Amino acid sequence: MIIDTTEVQTINSFSTSGFFKEVYGLIWIIPILTLILEITIGVLVIVWLEREISAAIQQRIGPEYAGPLGILQAIADGTKLLLKEDLLPSRGDIRLFSVGPSIAVISVLLSYLVIPFGYRLVLADLGIGVFLWIAISSIAPIGLLMSGYGSNNKYSFSGGLRAAAQSISYEIPLTLCVLSISLTCDSSSTVDIVEAQSKYGFWGWNLWRQPIGFLVFLISSLAECERLPFDLPEAEEELVAGYQTEYSGIKYALFYLASYLNLLVSSLFVTVLYLGGWNFSIPYIPIPELFRINQMAGIFGMTIDIFITLAKAYLFLFISITTRWTLPRMRIDQLLNLGWKFLLPISLGNLLLTTSSQLVSL
Amino acid sequence: MILSVLSSFALVSGLMVVRAKNPVHSVLFFILVFCNTSGLLILLGLDFFAMIFLVVYIGAIAVLFLFVVMMFNIQIAEIHEEVLRYLPVSGIIGLIFWWEMFFILDNETIPLLPTHRNTTSLRYMVYAEKVQSWTNLETLGNLLYTHYFVWFLVSSLILLVAMIGAIVLTMHRTTRVKRQDIFRKNALDSRRIIMKEDGRDLSRREAYIYNEYISFGSPRVSGFETSGGALECSLD
Repeated sequence: MIIDTTEVQTINSFSTSGFFKEVYGLIWIIPILTLILEITIGVLVIVWLEREISAAIQQRIGPEYAGPLGILQAIADGTKLLLKEDLLPSRGDIRLFSVGPSIAVISVLLSYLVIPFGYRLVLADLGIGVFLWIAISSIAPIGLLMSGYGSNNKYSFSGGLRAAAQSISYEIPLTLCVLSISLTCDSSSTVDIVEAQSKYGFWGWNLWRQPIGFLVFLISSLAECERLPFDLPEAEEELVAGYQTEYSGIKYALFYLASYLNLLVSSLFVTVLYLGGWNFSIPYIPIPELFRINQMAGIFGMTIDIFITLAKAYLFLFISITTRWTLPRMRIDQLLNLGWKFLLPISLGNLLLTTSSQLVSL
Repeated sequence: MILSVLSSFALVSGLMVVRAKNPVHSVLFFILVFCNTSGLLILLGLDFFAMIFLVVYIGAIAVLFLFVVMMFNIQIAEIHEEVLRYLPVSGIIGLIFWWEMFFILDNETIPLLPTHRNTTSLRYMVYAEKVQSWTNLETLGNLLYTHYFVWFLVSSLILLVAMIGAIVLTMHRTTRVKRQDIFRKNALDSRRIIMKEDGRDLSRREAYIYNEYISFGSPRVSGFETSGGALECSLD
């Protein structure tokens, strides 16, 4: 598409018409608030899921007193944390201490901008889609370092350093896997990636085109979320609670929230990048309604799309929650060893394989 | 409006990098400068470069700075320090930098200079839309890997040198350090590690008696006699 009119942009910092253009842009607040509401409900559901699945694995009953089947347990926990006293360490750096959890939550929340729940159900169809997630998840270690440093506690500090080291170590295999996906699908936009997986139904998923990348992505995203088996920054035995030791009340709730938000965004990204997104994927079934069910316009089609995305995301959630309650924790040197000496060469090899297969197919 | 907000935050953060007393605060303001600059790049339409700023500058370089600053015992600067003694040299450097900026800015677009004529705002040409509307990434790849591939390879060699430098600085002296290999230790078999003085391995009976010595302190087999001299052990 060739655009041949020269455009001269003016940065109207001194005139008032620029202000009105930005007021019209405020209409975007409605989809943003809707997404935030959905995410919050999603986090509550994940907390309940984690409790129920861990109870099933450990052969006990999960929450049962707060609401039917314990559904309101997460709200009860949140309310309790809201009403607790907000402790501040007396000689710690109060501003860093307060801002740290916010940075962790903000960086994870911004990543929800590019996740598509349906063809037009994405907040920002950026040309650099997945790369936005990679870039913004690189800001999270800053928040962890700030929290660890501001706590005036050498165990918190050590936990914060370890958490930041873990985060930056596993970013690289994650970025290389995402890069391989971008190469396979010829675009970095999440909508384009899902569209590229829609041709052959079930067999068109990137899971089959990039099996090594899928495994590396699973492991790296579990490590980025700081879930077990990569739990050392929050380890109860080694470091009390790592960088979260001195936190109480709503700031601790922010860390808790950031952890589950990160898990949800990782599982949604696994869905979008490897499991085909919103496509209902039974290929070549001769029943035309069933095959074209995701192309139906209107609210019904969109609902089906959202439902399919969430059902696929649930698979990764189930895997990660089960992993948390079955595998033992890794030590920090084993963890960094795995990240740098095992996953990084494998993801580089995956990238090499992908680029050579792209050359062959062209 | 966003431009003025981002620019002013960037300038103030840059000033605070120099003026903050706590070095950790200094690095955090440094991070803020990069965040604001990344926003300015987005305003210019360079979305990929904004993300690269976040990944490389904030995610790698600033985290590195934070690790260093937090782990060293850098004393917090004195409150009554003499700022004025830095003024001569820093003044000269600042003036040189300010003079160099005029090479980049076109005189007609700066609204406050007395040579300015018509408009009251900053203007710039959006060159990215005059040609085919590629994404930033495509444009960069099209240039970097074809016309300027030599610079790309040279920069990768520079990074390789930096990596090797880091490894050389932190590598252990592996010749003098004794380490254990747990798997090897578990695989040791007592029949093979103990050797008699004349170089023969232990027979099965002798190995059994040796095991009895170790486990119970004395052999329970009567009439024990070794035919050689002392036993030699080799554990490696």
